[in-house]
Amino acid sequence: MLQVKNLHASINDKEILKGINLEIKAGEVHAIMGPNGSGKSTLSAVIAGKEEYEVTAGSVVLNGEDLADLAPEERAHKGVFLSFQYPVEIPGVTVTNFIKTAINETRKAKGQEELPAKDMLKLIREKADLLEIDRKFLSRSLNEGFSGGEKKRNEIFQMAMLEPKLAILDETDSGLDIDALKVVANGVNKLKSSDNAVLVITHYQRLLDYIVPDFVHVLYNGKIVKSGGKELALELEEKGYDWLK
Amino acid sequence: MDLKEKLVSSFLAFENKGILDLDSSVHSIRTKAIQNFEKEGFPSKKDEEWKYTNLKPLLKHDFSLFSATEKSTGFKNIENYLINDIESYTLIFIDGVFSSFLSDTTHDDCDVCVLSSALNRPKYKMVVDNYFNTIAKNNNSLSELNTAFTKEGAFINIPKNTIVPKPIQILNFSTGSEKEILLQPRNLVVVGENSHVQIIERHQNLSKNTTLTNSVTEIFVHKRAIVDYYKIQNDTENSSLIDSTFVSQKQQSVASVHTYSFGGNITRNNLEFYHEGEHITTNLNGISILNGKQHVDNHTLVNHKFPNCESHELYKGIYADKSTGVFNGKVIVQQEAQKTNAFQQNNNILIDDGASINAKPQLEIFADDVKCSHGCTIGQLDESALFYMQSRGIPKKEAKALLLFAFGNDVVNKIKIPQLKTRITKLIAKNLGVNLGFEL
Repeated sequence: MLQVKNLHASINDKEILKGINLEIKAGEVHAIMGPNGSGKSTLSAVIAGKEEYEVTAGSVVLNGEDLADLAPEERAHKGVFLSFQYPVEIPGVTVTNFIKTAINETRKAKGQEELPAKDMLKLIREKADLLEIDRKFLSRSLNEGFSGGEKKRNEIFQMAMLEPKLAILDETDSGLDIDALKVVANGVNKLKSSDNAVLVITHYQRLLDYIVPDFVHVLYNGKIVKSGGKELALELEEKGYDWLK
Repeated sequence: MDLKEKLVSSFLAFENKGILDLDSSVHSIRTKAIQNFEKEGFPSKKDEEWKYTNLKPLLKHDFSLFSATEKSTGFKNIENYLINDIESYTLIFIDGVFSSFLSDTTHDDCDVCVLSSALNRPKYKMVVDNYFNTIAKNNNSLSELNTAFTKEGAFINIPKNTIVPKPIQILNFSTGSEKEILLQPRNLVVVGENSHVQIIERHQNLSKNTTLTNSVTEIFVHKRAIVDYYKIQNDTENSSLIDSTFVSQKQQSVASVHTYSFGGNITRNNLEFYHEGEHITTNLNGISILNGKQHVDNHTLVNHKFPNCESHELYKGIYADKSTGVFNGKVIVQQEAQKTNAFQQNNNILIDDGASINAKPQLEIFADDVKCSHGCTIGQLDESALFYMQSRGIPKKEAKALLLFAFGNDVVNKIKIPQLKTRITKLIAKNLGVNLGFEL
């Protein structure tokens, strides 16, 4: 599904990613771990198409299509979803209106009709229940005054609505207590299928107890320095990152 | 002959062929006004209050002071500018002349009619003597100019204990009958005790010719009365507007003026509130969305003279291309005006590098037991918010529009007429070049 080949990316002429290779097949869950500043969030932002980053070499290919020239929204329309580490507050736009706009713009891009209001409402309720989101929450301004847990739950709610092919969860566990973590992980697990894939980016092993990866990669200084199965996460938890340097 | 000379020399002819009995008190008011105008002339950039708005290029036009021909206009040409999905009284002026054919006036329970008849009928003499030019006179030479040439406009006289059942729409059209025309509508609004009225005002150029409108409105709000006044400014690029609105409020009254500036060459709004009693509420709401080389200047004044009153001011601006804005918000709290709550907020977004805003909050507080605050921000669109929205599949253009909509949302939400709110929302969407699938 996703092939990242020899990916180099920089911001303000500073190289952050120095040759990443990664292949993710449909139905798989991959985890990328690594210390602060290793390039984890850069990798997720580059795949999602953030314009501030310049790709200097290599490629990102999704289902056979090179994403290089696509704007972030076009990547979203092709099935890329990025759950933000720090979701942005947008005062004045309710959660419901935001997700309606996102869904209908995506449908428009695919040449589909807008989703009828009734079906939209039904879908919103169904997915809100999945994430144990209170109905009142849906009429609040997007992320404004949300707790850390609410923000992350709202991210996964949007993911559930948009049904991406490739979901990238950037530090989704940060700021979550254990109960919220379980709700979020449970949501992700329910959305998993043989058609889609998940890339979990995390600092700690904790989240991986609930979203169990098929592969774990260690990112260090802009490169993947080690790959393995889920047991690698436990080893990292125990030994830290120093032994890999 | 420059415009000032032309105006001064036309005055006598205007008076002589005028509609007024020369003994009328209004005659002497006008004579005084032209003298003041002659003395002061048009404001220039040297004048502190006009530092950021330059009228000079505008005044070079050879404006006709009246329309030589009376042009009739069909309802079809104007209906788009009316909020026509509500019942309302309408006062329609074509090139400064009242069109009874297009209008819907009343004298039942209240007077919604024209100033020319009020100035002439003995029945209204008392109202005119008591109110006309009593609060407009303390302003600039442009108000004096309007007073000197006062001829026509809206006259709205609501007796006490009257809730006007439907909004009143005042529309001033110019048809392009003259190549360049100066229009000077004059409105007088008197709202009696416990009464309630909603007014929508609009100036619209129907042609590509040049129009300068120098409008003056005086509004008197008596005890416990409520007035909501909406100004829609969405004119063509050849149209300029100088709007001076003066509001006098008696105790426990509530007056709200909403100004929506979406288009025009130069738009200058002078909006002044004078308090004449305790427990008054004053609301000033404004949103400007400009592009091209448009210019909007909002000059506001709230003069707190009595204790226990409050004022709430919220102005937002979105400036694209090379458009320019001015916000000058003056709040005076006089020594007697203890327990005043005065709040002012002015937020601006500059979309393009060529756009600019000059913002100047001015608070003059002479009382010591008051709550006053002001805040002013100038910013750009939040790039991280744009990326966030794009990553959810919302194209950049729509994402920008959604952010700007959200930015102006709290101003739009203060509109109390739902159909007007829908219209304003659509105008904003049109100005931002998007079609949103929902109402905010």
